[in-house]
Amino acid sequence: MTLAAHVVVQRGSLHLDVDLTVADGEVLAVLGPNGAGKSTLLRVLAGLLPPDGGRVALDGDTVWDEGRAHVPAHDRSLGMVFQDHLLFPHLSVTENVAFGLRTRGVRRAEARSAADGWLDRVGLVGLGDRRPGELSGGQAQRAALARALVVDPRLLLLDEPLSALDARTRLTVRAELRRHLAEFPGSAVLVSHDPVDAMALADRVVVVEEGRVVQTGTPAEVARRPRTDYVARLVGLVLLPGAATGTSVALDGGGVVSIGEETTGPVFVAVRPASVALYLERPTGSPRNVWPVRLVAATPHGSEVRCDLAGEVPLTADVTATSFAELGLAPGAQVWASVKAADVTVYTR
Amino acid sequence: MRPLLALGAALALAGCGGTASSGGGRTGTLTVFAAASLTDVFGELGDRLEADNPDLDVRFNFAGSSALATQLTQGAPADVFASANDEQMTVVTDAGLQAADPAVFTENVLEIAVPKGNPGRVTGLADFADPDLALAVCAADVPCGAAAQAVFADAGVTAVPDTEEEDVKAALTKVQLGEVDAALVYATDVQGAGSDVEGIPFPEAEREVNDYPICTLAAAPNPAAAQAFVDLVLSDAGRRALAAAGFRTP
Amino acid sequence: MRRARRDGGVPLPLLVPAVLGIAFLVLPLLGLVVRAPWSSIGPQLAQQEVGSALRLSLFSASLATVLSLLLGVPIAWVLARSRIRGRSVLRALVTVPLVLPPVVGGVALFLAIGRTGILGRPLYEHLGVTIPFTTTAVVVAETFVAMPFLVISVEGALRAADARFEDAAATLGADRWTTFRRVTLPLVAPGVAAGAVLCWARALGEFGATITFAGNFPGTTQTMPLAVYLALQRDPEAAIVLSLVLLAVSLGTLLLLRDRWLSRSTVG
Repeated sequence: MTLAAHVVVQRGSLHLDVDLTVADGEVLAVLGPNGAGKSTLLRVLAGLLPPDGGRVALDGDTVWDEGRAHVPAHDRSLGMVFQDHLLFPHLSVTENVAFGLRTRGVRRAEARSAADGWLDRVGLVGLGDRRPGELSGGQAQRAALARALVVDPRLLLLDEPLSALDARTRLTVRAELRRHLAEFPGSAVLVSHDPVDAMALADRVVVVEEGRVVQTGTPAEVARRPRTDYVARLVGLVLLPGAATGTSVALDGGGVVSIGEETTGPVFVAVRPASVALYLERPTGSPRNVWPVRLVAATPHGSEVRCDLAGEVPLTADVTATSFAELGLAPGAQVWASVKAADVTVYTR
Repeated sequence: MRPLLALGAALALAGCGGTASSGGGRTGTLTVFAAASLTDVFGELGDRLEADNPDLDVRFNFAGSSALATQLTQGAPADVFASANDEQMTVVTDAGLQAADPAVFTENVLEIAVPKGNPGRVTGLADFADPDLALAVCAADVPCGAAAQAVFADAGVTAVPDTEEEDVKAALTKVQLGEVDAALVYATDVQGAGSDVEGIPFPEAEREVNDYPICTLAAAPNPAAAQAFVDLVLSDAGRRALAAAGFRTP
Repeated sequence: MRRARRDGGVPLPLLVPAVLGIAFLVLPLLGLVVRAPWSSIGPQLAQQEVGSALRLSLFSASLATVLSLLLGVPIAWVLARSRIRGRSVLRALVTVPLVLPPVVGGVALFLAIGRTGILGRPLYEHLGVTIPFTTTAVVVAETFVAMPFLVISVEGALRAADARFEDAAATLGADRWTTFRRVTLPLVAPGVAAGAVLCWARALGEFGATITFAGNFPGTTQTMPLAVYLALQRDPEAAIVLSLVLLAVSLGTLLLLRDRWLSRSTVG
């Protein structure tokens, strides 16, 4: 009772080769930068794009297998939510939601009442007679979700469902989506480039970069122990690969980091920007991890300022706006950066 | 428009006045407006005139007589007008555009055109009353249609055509394509159509003989050449060429 | 107020050629109107042939438009959406009637479905059916000449339409035919309507292919343009009157339809 897929696609510079399985009731987030092949993957899973190789099976039924099976999208039990909702502009909201039932032979009255029931569940009571153009972005995306779920699909595909929404709407729609996904009995695949979506909605995350899976795990695992710069940046960490001997790590890019626990072999060192402190003079006393760095960029970030630092050890530091001002920092400034060994996370590569 | 044209004519006269009187040496450009049915014969006569006058360039505008008459009354510059009927010549003379009275230079009579092999077994004008045949005549608004109506009226035939064509060539085309069993066209058209079309003359045609008048035009830019062309058409050589094309001499 | 002013501001490099262009298009019409023999217009219109030519024109142009819709919209879909080979060749072939002189088109129709044509001969010899010189022939000739206008408009609309709506329909269980009916066609409806108007207008004004293939016979095959042409041979003033009638009727029809579409789309 799962989705099992091995998808191979060659499209110009994109070479996609990804293996996935999603259990019933599980939500898998596919996280990756733009152009990584996430949407292509989703289109293959939907049956909209024939892959160049591999196999896609849903609940044990093979829906695509090179030369042996090709079940077109309209014969698969699936629902799909698109980034920009794609509600049919010429149909009312109710007709949109009822569409999947009507194509599957449900009578009009029955389909409409089921559609209205779902509009109720997604909080769009009384908006069924409107045209999609008369809905707000959040309402439209809720209607699109209802349209995908009304047919009780075995597989739910969500293609960047929140990225077209403004920040406030995204927050509320994300919470609702989380609730609906929790109730959804089938397999769900969510494609996103926003780690917050993945963390908030998924049971498991697969990170895809340049067509390959680079990391997989629970959202917490991925957030705590990123394995690529891309994921590290997404979750707000600085990732420094190196080789550990005892309590020090010789970084691949040069420099040495002292760590709290003894370990050996190739490791990742992850540093939280908030744990990096900046000084105008070389600090004296306890900290062992002290490096001379140059401030290359400073961006306000809430009540803090994110400082990108260049030097032997490239780092990012979050300092409060107050201390930023007190230190009199400006891009180009030479400063000292320090991190406590206890604040550094180390895990094997 | 008119004064400008007259000025042009005066200049042309002044320019070639010296050579005009010296016999064979016509120069410049001669523009002849002639009925479409004259295309082949007049082309031939034009070539002959050019051969006799190496510095002369003869240009033709072949079209339906009524279209030509309209163009002339709208001020089109031309030296000679040859019409396929008296009516359209009258349009031009009523407007006072002629340089001299028109002369009838040839005649044409109607003939029945049938596709090669005569699939409809048409024998005479009476067959135009047979509803089982596919038949074409010209529309009453164009000269060949007016002639056809007169012929039918004279012969007491109630024609049942399937189509009333906009001109005689269109009627002939349908015979050539085998789409009609018979069409009423001019003898010259049958002559010019080649082996795809057979002609059946009929006695009633003699009652509607069609005159072809020609005249030089008052606003002619090249009156000397215009007169030379009209003279050539009316000469024995001209008559022989017309006869070869199926036209009759008056 | 502010919006009206902004909308009214046409840049000069656009305004000048636009005004010249409009003058160029409208002046000949104005010429017809000015030269029309208004005093004799009543008797001219009362002629029985005018009424029958007008009825035949409207009937055959409308039927040709319906035929073009039935055949042309599928062609446009094949050109815009299918992945069959040789689509560019197909597109070129379909648009041939646009560049073909209509009279040649009429002759070509004879060669295809005339009494001695490729298809027409067996039709005639075995079934006794002849198409030329019938009202059917008028509709066929008009369809032949006018359908490419519809195909091109609809293909353009299909290419401009967001194909992802069709993907969405597929994920909702709609096969390609259902998707076409329930999603694609409604989405491109304005393009189809524009194409149909163009097609109808072209069919209404069709002359060359019609007079060649269908001939000219009052009541069966004499449409308004044929009547106008023949009137021009005899009485240019009558031709002007007939032209004005055709013009007024076609403009009136288009404006009426436009109003209906507009009101429908604003209410709906």
